[in-house]
Amino acid sequence: MIGLVVVSHSAKAAEGIAEVAAQMGGGNARIVPAGGDEDGIGTSPDRIREGIAEADDGDGVVVLVDLGSAVMNAELAIEMAMDSEAVIADAPILEGTLNAAVETTSKKATLDSVVERAEDARDYRKLN
Amino acid sequence: MADSETQREAVLDALDNVAERLAEEKEYLTDLDSAIGDADHGANMQRGFGKAADKREEFAEMEPNEVVKNVGTTLISNVGGAAGPLYGGSIMFASQEFEDGITAETSVAFAEAYLDKVKDRGGAQVGAKTMVDALVPAVHTYKKSVEQDDLPPLEALAKAVDAAERGVAFTVPIKAMKGRASFLDWRSVGHQDPGATSTLFILEELLATAEEYLDGEVDRDARAEDAVGRDE
Repeated sequence: MIGLVVVSHSAKAAEGIAEVAAQMGGGNARIVPAGGDEDGIGTSPDRIREGIAEADDGDGVVVLVDLGSAVMNAELAIEMAMDSEAVIADAPILEGTLNAAVETTSKKATLDSVVERAEDARDYRKLN
Repeated sequence: MADSETQREAVLDALDNVAERLAEEKEYLTDLDSAIGDADHGANMQRGFGKAADKREEFAEMEPNEVVKNVGTTLISNVGGAAGPLYGGSIMFASQEFEDGITAETSVAFAEAYLDKVKDRGGAQVGAKTMVDALVPAVHTYKKSVEQDDLPPLEALAKAVDAAERGVAFTVPIKAMKGRASFLDWRSVGHQDPGATSTLFILEELLATAEEYLDGEVDRDARAEDAVGRDE
């Protein structure tokens, strides 16, 4: 199964998003939160790399990010995590993770299809 | 070309000088960053380069390019924020240019690879009020000075530091387009970019180290006056 890593500046936000998304995925999705850094608010390439290793069962990993250094550190972690195939989805972190969680539990899911479903969330509107 | 051992010593001394300088400038960088960022740049840079400098013994047996690479990975793990991937990741990536040793030619390649990685990773161009505003003039000036003007590396590096200094000044009156400062929009105008500033400090320490090893001295103040007075 394709794994998901949630990278937010806040460890709590990453955990909360993973929690909400896990419920959407019917409890079967592989979702690993990798938020915060050693000082609290921030992102850590080492944590993200460990998250990728944990989320990967061999089918690859999609990484969901909030902004700024989350994107850069996720890119760096992917470059360093040579053993895993991992890609970043260009999607809003909460909605994207929810969509991706649902897709990963589909039998036909691929890295591309999970990224695509996550990125569908870019167009979501809250009203009407 | 200096032998491999001398190159390694020069890299280690440069690392010490940079770490010491960033420790001295910690408060100043933090002040700059509290105006338009999250007030952690001084502490982050001090911690990262401090940890790297602490590994001097561990680095003592490595080839010069391996030392540079390991400085990069140490920064990645210890700097934090966007500066970790930007400084550490770019140093790690560019270190491969030193595989055959450090020469005028490979140092130009290193500088260009470093700049390319920073631009690629951070997505900033000149004028976005970032470290790129110091780096682009420094790297372009260094490359031109070495490759076209055939200046000795020390003289080329001195010109590059001057160019970076002007780049740092350029970050003051412009609006931030990248990084956390960009969220402040027009309020960012009038403040000096912390990343461009720490980049200048690092270059100044590389120059100071190069003066020791290349046995020369550059009177930067005198030359700066020359440049200003040229058309008068």
